[in-house]
This record gives sequence, structure tokens and C-alpha cells, in this order.
Amino acid sequence: MSPYATVMDDSQLTGQPIVLSGKGPFGGDVEIPEPLVTGGKKWSDVDRDICLHTEQFPTKRWWICFAAALSMLGVLVFSLAYLLYAGMGICGVNGPVGWGSFIINFVFWIGIGHAGTLISAVLFLFRQQWRTGINRAAEAMTLFAVACAGIFPIIHLGRAWFAYWLVPYPNARGPLWVNFNSPLAWDIFAISTYGLVSLAFWYVGLLPDLATVRDRATHPWRKKLYNVLSFNWTGSHRAWRHYESAYMILAALATPLVFSVHTIVSFDFATSVIPGWHTTIFPPYFVIGAIFSGFAMVITLMSLMRGVFNLKNYITLNHMEAMAKILMLTGMLVGFAYSTEFFMAWYSGSEWEGFVFKNRAFGPYWWAYFIMFTCNAIVPQIFWWKSMRRNTVVLFVVSILVNIGMWFERYVIVVTSLHRDFLPSSWGMYALTRWDYAILIGSFGLFFTLFLLFVRVLPVIAISEVKGVMDPKVARSAPSDAGPAAAARPQEV
Amino acid sequence: MRTEKSPSGPWGVMASFDSPGQLLSAIARAKQAGYKDMEAYTPYPNEEVIEALGHHHSKVPLLTLVAALAGGCGGFALASWVSMQAYPMNIGGRPLMSWVAFIPVTFETTVLAAGLTAAIGMILLNGLPEPYHPVFNAPGFERASQDRFFLCIEATDPKFDSKEARSFLSTLHPIEVVDVAP
Repeated sequence: MSPYATVMDDSQLTGQPIVLSGKGPFGGDVEIPEPLVTGGKKWSDVDRDICLHTEQFPTKRWWICFAAALSMLGVLVFSLAYLLYAGMGICGVNGPVGWGSFIINFVFWIGIGHAGTLISAVLFLFRQQWRTGINRAAEAMTLFAVACAGIFPIIHLGRAWFAYWLVPYPNARGPLWVNFNSPLAWDIFAISTYGLVSLAFWYVGLLPDLATVRDRATHPWRKKLYNVLSFNWTGSHRAWRHYESAYMILAALATPLVFSVHTIVSFDFATSVIPGWHTTIFPPYFVIGAIFSGFAMVITLMSLMRGVFNLKNYITLNHMEAMAKILMLTGMLVGFAYSTEFFMAWYSGSEWEGFVFKNRAFGPYWWAYFIMFTCNAIVPQIFWWKSMRRNTVVLFVVSILVNIGMWFERYVIVVTSLHRDFLPSSWGMYALTRWDYAILIGSFGLFFTLFLLFVRVLPVIAISEVKGVMDPKVARSAPSDAGPAAAARPQEV
Repeated sequence: MRTEKSPSGPWGVMASFDSPGQLLSAIARAKQAGYKDMEAYTPYPNEEVIEALGHHHSKVPLLTLVAALAGGCGGFALASWVSMQAYPMNIGGRPLMSWVAFIPVTFETTVLAAGLTAAIGMILLNGLPEPYHPVFNAPGFERASQDRFFLCIEATDPKFDSKEARSFLSTLHPIEVVDVAP
């Protein structure tokens, strides 16, 4: 019996392998995994269930979400315009805290993106087939998170209209070149490479699915549009051969890339001589934190997609449980990193380092540290219980708490290290102003607007990959329903 | 390939199946019967079908390797040239050629060149975007991206005769056999 050949409903999933007693080659037991797609779906059902949302007029629920996201985006546009007009004085950054909410938001959003690449590339290389249900939406999340993140270093420059000076090209300013010894120059390369390679990876994965949307289209203009988007994909095996090869290579390239990006982001801090920043633990600590926060955001989005778009047969409880396990593991690693930092502050014997960490946990920003530690290191411990890992409400709440906790982690790193430096005479405090808050909220508006548009116009699940992990015995359509009528069959759940 | 077809006949003859297993055995039978120019169109890739059709080597890995080396050398060369020639900066007497600091940029340009080449190279090697392809003339071909597995014997095959090919394909228990208009 091949894996995934069983037909199960979503409610019958247990998260344990199915034991077939006496079916082994020597009469022993055989364990096979539970199916990745539940409800006995056929290939034609997959097309219908996933393409439906791009073919119908949007639901009222979608419009409500979109209106909310769009108004938040309006807040972003307005506050960015005012920021450019009025200057950095409207924000909270000032001596001694010269890096404020913009850097916090930048690291937060870049971190969110990392789970998408991890799911699409690392889990692909490890042959984790459950990734097929979630990789498309997670990769889209990566792209939109990188788009949000990209805003912040630019506005943090203060004079955003000079942002192109960061790009090394022959110019009429001297010529003036960037300093390749600076992590800020490395950042430009890391973030733009990350954005472009993620886009290439995402689009390569989309090609066959755009062809599916095209082939289901009834309106000639819709057919033309998706045909152009899919580059007239035919599904020939000459094409699949190159496609498989390119997809594997992109996964292999994106895997070290995802680790390099947050490593380089951490160098922005670690190459300085500020106590609390100048540590070698930062690269792995940032990468793990990024994956942790990204998985929290994936769980948030998948919970919403399961409910709103009725995709429970594709994003099953088993998928959610797998993500909960990763969340718990990375949460413990993050907690371990927090503790290691304290150990090193004590073990190094450095007076400044020791002070920064005492001040971090018990100083005036103790509440930020408390939120961070509770949400990131303690709350995910609830996933030791299987029932909690499979409870969608708990998952959703924990994912939100982790998102909050990870924002505060960056707040703690940026603010507590800067606000009390070597000279007590130059100590100070930092607070976000209303414009800092407006831009933070606005960036969520941009993220959700892009995501909501994505779910309307593109297939939210990688159709061709999901079909590949279904058993043909279950998934093929009966010969009797050959013909176009098959696509219009009512749903049998 | 399309230029070699006879002006009046079909571009090929196409049979459809409802599972990759049937497609595989059909390919094996067609090879036994002596057909060479054939192609399968399926909703998702299948390694065995790729091998059965004799599509072995993709040039994507080679192209990517070349691009990766070029990107890496280019990134490192840019950083070195800028730091040593174009804009030397003496910061506390540190060496201008501090190559360790150029590694992050070198890595990123390597991945950027390789990644874009893999994606764009794949599209171009497939001959995409291709505004017109005869297979779309086959009735019911829209299900090649949904739930049908198509095998097309192309008119360029030396053994090709549209009637013979059609009757041969009908013996493989297909769902349907159709002519593909050129």
C-alpha cells in the first residue's frame, strides 16, 4: 500500500501514523503516514477548491478585511508623506537612542519573511511533503514582509530621497562609492538579493498553477491574461525537466541565503562596539528568532486561510501541528539564546556587558524584557501537549503572542543597549511617538493589503505540488466523467 | 521542428489517460512500436515519465554554475576595486584590501546571479514565452494542467502516419485520441 492512499476526513486525522498490522514483508506491522489531503479529494477538486477564490466575486468577509487593511495602508501613506515633509523630528529617535522603531520594524519584518523561505527551500530539500499545502502562501508572505521591511532602512536615512546613493554604481557625485567594510552596505546586497531570489523562486513555482488558472478560465480576456503570466506553459515533460532542475537549484540557493540574510542583519549590531550588541551569538540568535517569528506569522495567516477560504482539506490539523512543533523548538532555542547572553555577560567579566544585561531585565525597560521572555520562551511551551498543538484557537492565540514577543525582542535589543551607554551623563530614555505607531500600524496595512490581493488573484496553494503528493488511485477522476462537465461537479465532503 | 511537418497533416496525434501509471505504460508501448518523437503533457512532473521519454540532461545546473562563479567574482572584484582604486579610505590604518569584509557581498552576488539565472534560464530553455503552440488546438487539452495525462506522437517522427498512430494509440486504453491541428 502506497503512502497517502487512504481516504480520511479532516476530523479523523490523529497526527499518528496508520498502523497496518501484518502487512510488512515478513508479516510485521507497517506504518504509513496519514494523507496530506483529506476528504478523498480528486485532482479536479483541487483545482476547483483552490482556483475558486480567484474566480468568484469576493465575499463580504474579504471586503471587510480589505477595507480595514486599505485604511491602515492609508495611514502609512499619510504618515510617510508627513515624515518626508516634516523630517525625523516627529519620531522618537534622539540621543542617546539613535536607532528606534524604524530599525525595530525593519528587523521584525525581515524576520517574518524567513519562515516562507524556510518552508519553501529547507523543507523541500528535507523532502517534507507537508510543505506543499502551505509553501505558496508562506512564500507570498516572505515577499510582502520584505516589501514592508524595505521601507524602514530608507526612511531611517532621514533623507530618503538619497536612498539610491547606497547602490554602488558609477555616478556624478565624485564619484562617490559605498564602503564595502560596512555592514550597512552588506545589508543592501543581502536584502535586495533576498527579495529578488524569493520572487524568482515564488514565480517559478507559480508557472504551472497559472496555467491551471488559465485552463479553467472561461472569459477570453482572463484566459489571455493568465496565459501571458504563465508564459504559455504547456506542461510538457521537456519543460518539467528544466523546471524540476531549476526548482531544486533555487531551493539549494535559497537555503544558505535565508541564513545569510539575518546573519548580515545581525552584523549591523554585532560589528559595533556597543555592550549588548557586540557578541558573536548574534548571527545564530537572529536567524533562529527570525524563523520563530516567521512561523508564528505563518500560523496566523494559515489559521485565517483555513477558516475564511475553506481550505481545511489542504491545510489540515496535521500541518498546523507540524508548524506548532517547529514553533516550540525554535522558541526553546530563542530562550536558550536569551540565557546564554546572560551567562556570557557574567562569564566575560566585562563590567559594561554585565551592567547592560542587568539593566535589560531589571532596569526601566523591564516590562519590555518581561513581555519578550514570556511570549517567546514560556508561552510556546504549551505545545508539549498534543491536544494544544491541534487546537486551532490555542495556535492562533500563541502565534499572535509570539508575533508581539518578537517585536519586543527587537525593541529590547535596540533600545536597552543604547539608552544607557558608557557615560551615565548621557543616559536617556526612548519612547515611540504617535508617528512611530502610525508607521508601524501602517506597515501591517501594507502587508495585509498585499496578502489579501494575493489570495484574490493567484492560487494560494501550490496546485501542481499538492497533486504530486496525492495518490493517483484516490485522486484520478472516473473515466465516466471525461469532459468539461467534471469541473462543475458539486462538492462532495 | 514544426517546419518539418507535412503541410496538410496534423501536428501530432494525442491520447489522454487518467493516471501517470497508464501514461508510463503507454510510453513504453509506443517506444516498443518504434515511435521516437513523442511528448507527455501532465499536471505535475513525474520523474519516471521524464526518464521514459529520454529527457536526461537539463542545462540549468551548468548555466547556474557559470552565473554563480561570474556573480561571485564580479561581487568580489567590485568590492576590491572600489576599496583599493575608486574610493580608498584609510580608517585607522587598516588595510585597504580587507577581503574578509567583502565576503558577505561576494556571497550575495553569487546567489543573486545564480538564482536569477536558474529561473530565467529555465524559462528560456523551455522556449517560453511561446505565444503559439499547436498542442492547445487539441480538444480537451485544457485538462493537461488539471487531471489528465496526455501523450502526443508528433508528426516529425519518421514512422508517423496519422491514421496508424491514431489506431495504435487507441489500443492503449486511452480516454480519448485526438488529432492536434498544426
